[in-house]
Amino acid sequence: MKVREYHAPRWSEPIIHELSTRGERGFIPPRAEPKVRAKVGPAEGLIPEAMRRRSAPGLPELSQAQVLRHYLRLSQMTLGMEMEIDLGVGTCTMKYSPKVNEELAALIADVHPLQPEETMQGVLEIAYEFGDVFLREISGMDAFTYQPPGGSAGCYNNALIMRKYHRDNGEPERDEVVTTIFSHPCDAATPATAGFKVITLYPNPETGLPSTEALKEAVGPRTAGIFVTNPEDTGIFNKNIDEWTGIVHDAGGLCSYDQANANAILGVTRAREAGFDMLFFNLHKTFSSPHGSSGPGSAAVGVTSDLEEYLPVPVIVKRDGAYRLDYDRPKSIGKVRDFMGNLQVVLRSYAWCMAMGARGLREAAEASMINNQYLAEKVKRIKGVSLPFTGRRLDQARWSLEKLKEETGVGVADVNRRIVDYGVQSMFTSHHPWLVPEPFTPEPCETYSKADIDYWCAALETVCEEAYSDPELVKAAPHRSSNHRVVFDGFDDPERWAMSWRAYKRKRGKD
Amino acid sequence: MAECDMEKESFVHPYIPNSVPEIKREMLRVIGAGGAHELYMEMIPERLLLGRPMDLPEPILSELDLRRHVESILSRNKSTDEYVSYLGAGCWRHYVPKVCEEIAGRSEFLTAYAGGSHSDLGRYQANFEFQSLICELLGMEVSGIPTYDWGSAAGNAVRMAVRLTGRREVLVPQNVSPARLSIIRNFCDSASQTSRIEVRLVDYDPATGMVDLTDLESKLSEDTAAVYFENPNYLGVIEAEGAAVSDAAHDCGAECVCGVDPISLGVLAAPADYGVDIACGEAQPLGIHMHAGGGSCGFIASRDEERYVAEYPLRLVCVADTAVEGEYGFGQALYERTSYIARENAKDWVGTTTALWGIAAAVYMSLLGPQGMRELGETILQKSHYAAARLDELEGARVPFKTFFKEFPVAFDRPVDEVNEALLGHGIIGGKDEALLGHGIIGGKDLSAEYPELGDAALYCVTEVHSLGVMDGLAAALREVLA
Repeated sequence: MKVREYHAPRWSEPIIHELSTRGERGFIPPRAEPKVRAKVGPAEGLIPEAMRRRSAPGLPELSQAQVLRHYLRLSQMTLGMEMEIDLGVGTCTMKYSPKVNEELAALIADVHPLQPEETMQGVLEIAYEFGDVFLREISGMDAFTYQPPGGSAGCYNNALIMRKYHRDNGEPERDEVVTTIFSHPCDAATPATAGFKVITLYPNPETGLPSTEALKEAVGPRTAGIFVTNPEDTGIFNKNIDEWTGIVHDAGGLCSYDQANANAILGVTRAREAGFDMLFFNLHKTFSSPHGSSGPGSAAVGVTSDLEEYLPVPVIVKRDGAYRLDYDRPKSIGKVRDFMGNLQVVLRSYAWCMAMGARGLREAAEASMINNQYLAEKVKRIKGVSLPFTGRRLDQARWSLEKLKEETGVGVADVNRRIVDYGVQSMFTSHHPWLVPEPFTPEPCETYSKADIDYWCAALETVCEEAYSDPELVKAAPHRSSNHRVVFDGFDDPERWAMSWRAYKRKRGKD
Repeated sequence: MAECDMEKESFVHPYIPNSVPEIKREMLRVIGAGGAHELYMEMIPERLLLGRPMDLPEPILSELDLRRHVESILSRNKSTDEYVSYLGAGCWRHYVPKVCEEIAGRSEFLTAYAGGSHSDLGRYQANFEFQSLICELLGMEVSGIPTYDWGSAAGNAVRMAVRLTGRREVLVPQNVSPARLSIIRNFCDSASQTSRIEVRLVDYDPATGMVDLTDLESKLSEDTAAVYFENPNYLGVIEAEGAAVSDAAHDCGAECVCGVDPISLGVLAAPADYGVDIACGEAQPLGIHMHAGGGSCGFIASRDEERYVAEYPLRLVCVADTAVEGEYGFGQALYERTSYIARENAKDWVGTTTALWGIAAAVYMSLLGPQGMRELGETILQKSHYAAARLDELEGARVPFKTFFKEFPVAFDRPVDEVNEALLGHGIIGGKDEALLGHGIIGGKDLSAEYPELGDAALYCVTEVHSLGVMDGLAAALREVLA
């Protein structure tokens, strides 16, 4: 397959402050009516003197078309999922988000979250039924919340439930949690934020999974629970997962399942049969809501009936045919986010599930899994690429360019800058630490056609071939992207880093 | 087995190109496998396989039918477009300029995620511009990609202060949002007995609604890591003595953390100007619809000092140079602090938050500019004070605090739920806006459980969207309800 002579838009677009022209205006807000002004007087008089703004904020001044043009150009210089074959960004499940769902989600744009329940029956119905009809069957869990507004927030939510559960049971000394190194970093970072000591299990170099013996050694009277991703970031499914949850339960702990990327196991295997007490799905991954340049997304947290009373308030319940917000939950962990979370995300996921049904969800899972096997057949033939650990991978695989790096000096960072010249987004490498050297993690979910996978593999193969024939070409990449190779080395230097235009101007002496 | 049966029947779905049987067969041939079930059996033990089709509703395969199905359910909602709403309390109805919607709906921004800084140059630059613009409003120099909401931002900010000072107590006045306080308490609590952060509440002055400085000073000590307060606070009151709060915190070696509503900052002082060390708040008013609460977008900002930067949990987009002179590139500052690298040793955690809303807010701040932000602030001040004055004149209603921005409690002489129920069923009478006749009014948020000391009070929110006609209509309706 021939790779395309792609070229990204390159607008050399200035920072918006540089486009400012004194006096220009992009938007004129409504003014108070004369009768209003007559009654209350000048606005300044309504502010205590000490709190009046003394100097105008240094915002840019642009007309409306100029603001629009600037941000349109920035959007063009962004290789969004809908523009390209985004299967290289694994662990993220870059699937298609049906456009019709955007319009449906917009129908709640002007609903206020504190409206009387009777004026919100539509959105409450969707949120409740999505859990009760779909997620309950998909996961085997009993009750759901969408208050955590992202996957990591869902994991944090579960850490808070774990904390409160043991405290309520008179075992506050349970302050240790166990995770695995190929579980997503949130499985370590969010329990740590909740005050838990984190014990991390490392994999057997052959299987890629920690041994069950290692888990047995890690648990004890201080074990609060386990936070584990399955399949792990490597795409390897832990076949002993039910034995693991049994071990943790026997030690008195709870089990939280990271199902952020459950795409290849929908309708195939569930949290309940694996013995988990709670889980979270990422609705912006497995359940099709768009990623939004990194949010707003949403977790869907599911728990067994034993833990239902710990869910954050309010819980959406159904009573006498009406949907209600239940705040009267004495054991609740309280709040992890204001209001009910990102319900527009839940709405999109509901619409997606309704369009899929049981067969569609199962078909999505199978297509994702088969796509990954097919991709593997092609990627393993590319010179310089290897696959650590043994066995089949479910939805994704963590590959290595170690050999390429050794033989050509071209590593994954270089490949990632070059592959974009062929109209393909930079690949996801790995979370840290890089146990797999020079890693990359493609995830060809059900959105991608056989031809898409063939193209993507051809792009990767082309770059790897270039690494052998002309390594400097790859190292100097990108050549056809929206800008050139970043050469700055001051990201960790307080004298040179700049996280705002005003800091940049000061540090570069441009004031 | 159910799995085998399902494989036999074809089911071509528009979202799944490789559901076409011939293609699937060809791919399985390349793989060297007979079917999906066989492959799953290789990876997942049989005892963990569901082994039956899921029991779910039949799919709605036609887009038209799907649209009708969802629209029919959602028709049971009433939006603030149909009813006149006076709700705020952490989520506010402001006008959203069309250009904000246009950019936030752009395919590229909507569907990007974790691409590289060259291929996603525009995303990085838009993130950087959000940081730059919010810093201009706040008088700060560092911010990051926004987090989930104001409460999460406040929780992170308080924990930054704890790490900065090595102290384990934060002081929070009772005039902050109870929901945010609950989020902050979760952030401060700990499974470890020794690393718990104590949240001590400080009184507010019942006469003014402002922080009680005497009580604050009596509780400040060498154990205080931070004072967290809000301006305008949850009750809408402008904290006129903000500088005294930060001075008091600093005198004890504590950090001053303040949560703000950025839409006030065209007319209210920048937090940096009254001594705030770490500012946080909610960007939803800046060009983002409410989305039933899904519009939340929290931010954190500070001075550009290494000690602060090192404690951020957020991704901090940093402007950089490229191989071509004068060209901008971007990267992330001190990335190793984040949970993506440091796992349990990270500064809290970072994840998928609200970047798209940050981009919408950047567009908003660029559109309004300094003059638009000032004029909008003036409009909100005047309108909210007009509405408050009209309600204060009513028999049976009283507005206790006089120095506020956008929101104010109204104390009634009867229970708020009764008042609100009557308003909801009430057609606007006496309003000039004929189009609104027969539509209900959603009254302010009931404060009587959260703030019993205010009596039967509701928190009213008035912004630029409220016309003179609807405000007069509210006064007329309340006169009738309270009579």
